[in-house]
This record gives sequence, structure tokens and C-alpha cells, in this order.
Amino acid sequence: MKVTFPHMGYMYISLKGMLEYLGIEVVPPPPCSKRTLNLGVKHCPEFACLPLKLNVGNFIEAREIGADTIMMAGGCGPCRFGYYAYVENEILKDLQVHFNLVVLEPPEKHIGELLGRIKKITGNQPWVKVIKALRFGYLKARAVDQVEKSSFQKRPRELIRGATDRALKQAIHEIDSAQTPQELTTAEEKSREIMESISIDINRPVLKVALIGEIYTLLEPFANGNIERHLGNLGVEVDRSMMLSEWINDHLFMGLIRNAPSSKRFIKVASPYLNHFVGGHGQETIGAAVWYGQQGFDGALQILPFTCMPEIVAQSILPSVSGDTGLPVMTLIMDEHSGEAGMVTRLEAFVDLLQRRNEQKEALTS
Amino acid sequence: MPVRVGIPRALFYYYYFPLWKEFLEQLGAEVVVSDRTTKEILTRGLEHCVDEACLPIKLAFGHVQNLADKGVDIIFLPRIVSVAKQEYICPKFLGFPDMVRQNIKNLPMIMDTNINLRKRKSDAGIFAREVGTAIGKGSVKSRLAFWQGQYKHKGYLRLLEQGLLPDEAISVLDGKERKDKVSDTDLTVAVIGHPYNIYDPFISMNIINRLKNLGVQVLTADNLTEQMINQGVKQLPKKLFWTLSRRVTGGALYYHEKGMVDGIIHVAAFACGPDSMTGELIERFIRREGKMPFMNINLDEHTGEAGIVTRVEAFLDMMRWRRAIV
Repeated sequence: MKVTFPHMGYMYISLKGMLEYLGIEVVPPPPCSKRTLNLGVKHCPEFACLPLKLNVGNFIEAREIGADTIMMAGGCGPCRFGYYAYVENEILKDLQVHFNLVVLEPPEKHIGELLGRIKKITGNQPWVKVIKALRFGYLKARAVDQVEKSSFQKRPRELIRGATDRALKQAIHEIDSAQTPQELTTAEEKSREIMESISIDINRPVLKVALIGEIYTLLEPFANGNIERHLGNLGVEVDRSMMLSEWINDHLFMGLIRNAPSSKRFIKVASPYLNHFVGGHGQETIGAAVWYGQQGFDGALQILPFTCMPEIVAQSILPSVSGDTGLPVMTLIMDEHSGEAGMVTRLEAFVDLLQRRNEQKEALTS
Repeated sequence: MPVRVGIPRALFYYYYFPLWKEFLEQLGAEVVVSDRTTKEILTRGLEHCVDEACLPIKLAFGHVQNLADKGVDIIFLPRIVSVAKQEYICPKFLGFPDMVRQNIKNLPMIMDTNINLRKRKSDAGIFAREVGTAIGKGSVKSRLAFWQGQYKHKGYLRLLEQGLLPDEAISVLDGKERKDKVSDTDLTVAVIGHPYNIYDPFISMNIINRLKNLGVQVLTADNLTEQMINQGVKQLPKKLFWTLSRRVTGGALYYHEKGMVDGIIHVAAFACGPDSMTGELIERFIRREGKMPFMNINLDEHTGEAGIVTRVEAFLDMMRWRRAIV
């Protein structure tokens, strides 16, 4: 059995770590590329959201390099993601791309269904080991998040252009190659050193911009046109409203790990703008805009895939939030036609606006 | 003077209007419905709604403004989260009252009481009480009014199952006489799509009446009973969690499985999320077997009537030829 799964940013490190810990052979798809997207666009419904198209591309490419089992998450709505796995499977079936499909989703009747599905992948290994593997996967996600967060701070302040990107790659590689929790501890230490060795100008003034919106486009650099890197190079420190480890803790561990930041902080402040959940992360997006406004950020960028339902609800409410809180918000909609150059132009304009605003504010207060 | 409550002729109108009307009238309110869709209503909707929203939501924005023009006291936009166990309505419906409130200024009061029957069917009572309290009636009176509404709703569903279209059924419930069916039809076509798309003559380019005038008997998913729908939807690998899409998909697959119709026309709205997934599944299931003609029509605010007419006529010609050959 060679297990594969769709890409979503650095999620593969966590999943691969977990599965390999259980001795399962893993074949992650090649990183998302233009080819992945083209394959997906060709075979998927036109108005489906971008992640579905990239998923299908991932699977076709993973099949080419020998994967035979798909591990995929599911859900029970109302966002379309809950039905992804099945639509993808029908598409692959018609394409004669054969896979075993294992969907991990909340059970319809009782927990046995879910455990049975997990067993399909883990075989006859004891549950204790499965739990240890889950923990290992989570620790890897947390380690990657730490490195990413540190890159958000270093990039706008780096003295040598590109130093952060190089260090990030190295640090991620360290975490990826750790095989056991003990090795992971040393790898974390090493990755921290790597990130700290980047020479920075600590006094350089930077703008702070929050990235909010839909989880896939936030986490997958191919889907968001490497937005974090572009913003960093424009002298902006970013903060992402969603980190993988926080998401795992919130949704899979049901907040088991205390003291970790949780998306609950956003939901608390979403009212009165959006008084009900709307599936996906729509309510969190609205709440995040309010929250980052309160934290004194200079601006926020909402990123969503074209036709994403919950984010469209959020998008139509964000101008109200922005008007009331004074936090400038720009929406970037990603689809298969999004070019990086066009996006960079828009980012530059947005950053210019924020800078101008800051100067005005200083002029008024001084 | 009774409270004037406005119900937009959009979204859930085609599902629940008789229920809402009876319920609100029993509570002593006067029910006002927005006008039939016109170009102007749609245009006003487009002005106030984000471009990325789906067509039905944009249209509903227009209807809400039409109601505001009529000077109603309350706009009735219940937040329908779920109407069946373990199922949901689409995300945009869930956010609709907030979208309206944040985008249109100077609206009358919006009544956005939640209806959430995801866990228990009996939670409808909570909704009835909250609406009743808002209009100034006690909980017993509200429950009674809601019960009467539900009774009306059952009658409405029965009429639909007998083959009537919503507008006909609503006028029959109002005591108007029933028109007899036209009998000289040679083709039966299932028009599959969300009620707020296919029954709105403006948005759907009058597709149902057009088909009827071309000598076609039209069936929709609403002419089927809940059991038939569920039987159709069983073919899918996983239960659909959107109630509205489950009905549409189940209807299409049931008509296909039983061979009850000569062809299926699937009508989807631009940027409708669930349609993009279920439309794909319906099409793949039907095309795979290749026994029934299938056509997909996408509606948006730019759809030209001429294009639809040509396609529909070609589709009918094809079915008639097909029959001549077989």
C-alpha cells in the first residue's frame, strides 16, 4: 500500500511523519505546479473551487509515481469540502485513474465507522501506537509553524535579499527528516539556530498585515501566489490567522492542547457583523478582521478561492467591518487565471496606501 | 392596524410561502409579497451585492429592496440553518440576513430568527415562539399558528406531488380553480434545478412555460415524494448534506433510474456552489449509462433568451428524432 494525500502547504510533512512513524509507505504528490493545476482544471467542474482542482491534479500526479491509496479528509457540510472526496473519486473513476479511497470524516452513526476507516490505513497496529503517531504528526506541524512564524518576522527585515527563503528551506528540511520524537527535538533546535542566523536590521520600520480567509489558500503557497514572500519583500511583516497546528488542535483534538491559540478568539468578536456560522471559516474571517483591527495591525488581506461560499458571505460583510474599525481590508480571489505579477501590483498598491496612511497618522500626532 | 410583514419572492418563497403566510396571518400580521422579478429588481440586487455571490442571492437582494419600497414594517428573512436531521442549507443562505443588513442601509426591521432542525425536528417550536414574541403574541398562540401553517404546508406539498407547479398550487390554496392539464404532449422532460431558479419566469427565461408551449410535459423534482427522492439519491456514495441539493439530485437520479422521462434538463445558477458539485455528479451518472438525453443550462444575469430558446429547441428535436429511430 502506497498512501498519498492532497497537498496543503507544509501539511505533507506532518502527515508523512505520522504515517511513516507507523511504518506505512507514503508517496506525497509532487509539489503543486502549473501542471498540477492544468490537470485539475481540465477534468474538474468549472465552478468548483480551486482546491478541488488542485487536489485532482495532485492525485493524478501521485498515481504517476506509484501511489495507490488516497487518504482524504471529509466533513458534513455545509461547505463543499465535505463532498470533495466523492466528487474527486468519480472524476478519477471516469479518467481510469484507479485508487483506493479512504475518507476520514465524522461518522454518521457511531465512532466505529471512523475507527474502521483508520484501520484500513493503519492495519493491525495497536491504537496506542496510532495515538503516538498522531502526536508526532502534531509536533511536526507545530515545529513547522514555529519556523514559518519566524520567517514572517525575518523576511521584511533581512539584510541579504533571499536569506530568509534559503534558511526556511533548510529549516523545514531538518524537521521533515526527523524520524522520531527525539530526533524532532534536535531538529527543532537546529532549525531555530538556522532561522536565528539570518542577519536582520532590527530597527527597520515595517508594516503589519494580517492574512485572513480560507484555509487552503492561506496555507498553500502555490494557491496564493507566494503572497507571504511577496509581502515580506515589500517590507511587510505578516501574520496568518490560521496555522496548521492550531487548526489540528481546534478541529481534530477538540482543543485538547491548552494554551495554544485558537480560532475561538475570532468567533467571539464576529458578532454583530456575522451572527451565525456559515460553514468553512467564514465567521472566523470576519472575527479575524475585527480582532486584528483591535491588535493595531495596519491592514488585512482576505484570500479566498473563486466561488468559495463561506468566504463570499464574509467578503460581502468585510467592508462594513473595515468601515467601523478603520482597518483597511483588501480581498484577493485566487483562481486558475491568477497571475503572480498582477497580484504583486495590487499588493504594492495596498502597501503604498498603508504607508501613506501611517505617515499621515504620524504627521498628525507629532 | 396589523403589522405588515414582507416576504421576498425569492429563495425559500417557492418552498415555504404557504406555510409562512398562514403562520403570519394567524399571528395577526398582514403578509406582503415582493413583486414578480423584473429587470429592475435584478439590477437593484446587483448593485448592492458582491459580484462573486450566486445569482439567486443577488436576485434576493433586489426583492428585499422591493419590499422596503412597499413600506413594510418587518422583512421576514428567517435564517434557515437546517430543515432536516443531519443536513444543512447552503452557506450563503446561512449568512443571507447578515449580508443584507450590512449592505443595504435604511431597511425596516429584519426578522432573522434561526430555524435549526439539524438535531431535532421539534426545534421548530422554538422558532415559532420567537417569531410570535416578536410580533407580540404568546407562546401558545404562536405554536397554534405555526401548527396551522404546517397543515397548510402539507396541503401544498400534496398539490405539488400531484404535478402542479408552485404558482398554480399557491393559487389553488387561495381558492382559485384548478386548470386542467393539457393533454396533447408527446414528450416528457424533467427540469431539474433549484425552485428559486426554475420557477422564477424571469431568471429561468421562462423555460418551463416555453417547454409547455412546445408540447412538452414538464416534471420537476418537487413533483416527487420524499421517498422517491431518497431512493434516487441512494445511488450516490455518500448522503448529501445539503437538503436543497439532495432534493434536486435525488429527483434527477430517480427520473433517470425509472426511465420516467424522455430527457433531463439541468438548470444551474452561476456561482452556485452546491450545483457545481451535484451538477457534475448528476451529469457523470447519467452520461455514464448513456440511455437518456441530458442538457445543462447555466443561468446568470447576462443570459440571453435567444440562446436558451435555440438550445431547448435543438434538445427537443434531438429527442424526437431519437424516438423516431428507436
